[in-house]
Amino acid sequence: MAESTTKDVLLDPVVKNNPIALQILGICSALAVTTKLETAIAMSVAVTLVTGLSSASISLIRSYIPNSIRIIVQMTIIAMLVILVDQFLKAYFFAISKQMSVFVGLIITNCIVMGRAEAYAMKNSPSMSFFDGVGNGLGYSAILILVATCRELLGKGELLGYAILGPEGIVAHGYVSNGLMLLPPSAFFLIGLIIWAIRSFDKTQVNAS
Amino acid sequence: MEHYLSLFMKACFVENLALAFFLGMCTFLAVSKNVKTAFMLGIAVIAIQTITVPMNNLIFQHLLKEGALGWVSTSLGGVDLTFVGLISYIGTIAAMVQILEMTLDRYFPALYNSLGIFLPLITVNCAILGGTLFMVERDYNFPESVVFGVGSGVGWALAITALAGIREKLKYSDVPEGLRGLGITFITVGLMAMAFMALGGIQL
Repeated sequence: MAESTTKDVLLDPVVKNNPIALQILGICSALAVTTKLETAIAMSVAVTLVTGLSSASISLIRSYIPNSIRIIVQMTIIAMLVILVDQFLKAYFFAISKQMSVFVGLIITNCIVMGRAEAYAMKNSPSMSFFDGVGNGLGYSAILILVATCRELLGKGELLGYAILGPEGIVAHGYVSNGLMLLPPSAFFLIGLIIWAIRSFDKTQVNAS
Repeated sequence: MEHYLSLFMKACFVENLALAFFLGMCTFLAVSKNVKTAFMLGIAVIAIQTITVPMNNLIFQHLLKEGALGWVSTSLGGVDLTFVGLISYIGTIAAMVQILEMTLDRYFPALYNSLGIFLPLITVNCAILGGTLFMVERDYNFPESVVFGVGSGVGWALAITALAGIREKLKYSDVPEGLRGLGITFITVGLMAMAFMALGGIQL
């Protein structure tokens, strides 16, 4: 019983109950850091870590948090974790940290982190909350990496900064880079299309309006 | 005066937080189903933005900035506290949201109920923290930060009301089944964003 629920909690958010595609959470950063696969991966790791750890620690002290100031308590824990991530990135991956600019700080306001704290961690045990946080982080990462792959490949003909299919990249094979893919609106279109694909397979997710 | 007017227009239209920087998207997409709720949320965001950006400006200019603590004693002149910036800004924002939540609950219960979960989520509305971070990055002084706070709040409110208007009309269109709801909303916002990019090069 316990094992199967852990697995469910961990894997459900990846496809069935994806935080971006179904719950509409955490979209802001998803749009801004997906022009390159590299930053998208860094962002995914950071968000997964922060979500998992913040859910676990909020769940640990959940019965001591007075209801009326719970938001501040949650924000403080999340902000502390994000400052750690921010300082770590600045120290060891300065180039990536520069490219991500304000968006590392904006992990604090990533609705996934706060949403999971509010909806799950306040009611469940620390270990389950941790897996729930990591699962949602993975769901977020899946979409982020998918979008980033499309954008970098179609926009520049590269992946992780390396040219694809020979030294000249796919440009040499007659592909004209699509500049729109590097601009923010393309992320909206891509996520829209991903949602369309997911919902075509899983009819239960279609909403009425 | 002209300087402030142009700053307002810039914050409101050219650098619209929602459509040019894609901040506050979660609430932007989730609460834009009808114009009335969207408008109310817009008002709440304007209120919070108008209070928090200047407040965080004071905190930044007088407590955190390098050398800002010089007014306490000269020995603290070289202290640079910018690394605790994030936690202090978000603390201010969370406190303000909680106060607004309690005020609404007490005096406007109808509004409080219709906003539901999205009121606490204003805390994690990236537009609010984003506004503060841009203020810090551009080193605005106090009057500028007031104007920027109001302008960016109004811009965000305008964008969400416009999107809600479009979505209300969308109810009458024949959208493919899987694309209904969220999918088509993303495409719509993408098109709105492209339209707003046309304003990008304007210099006031």
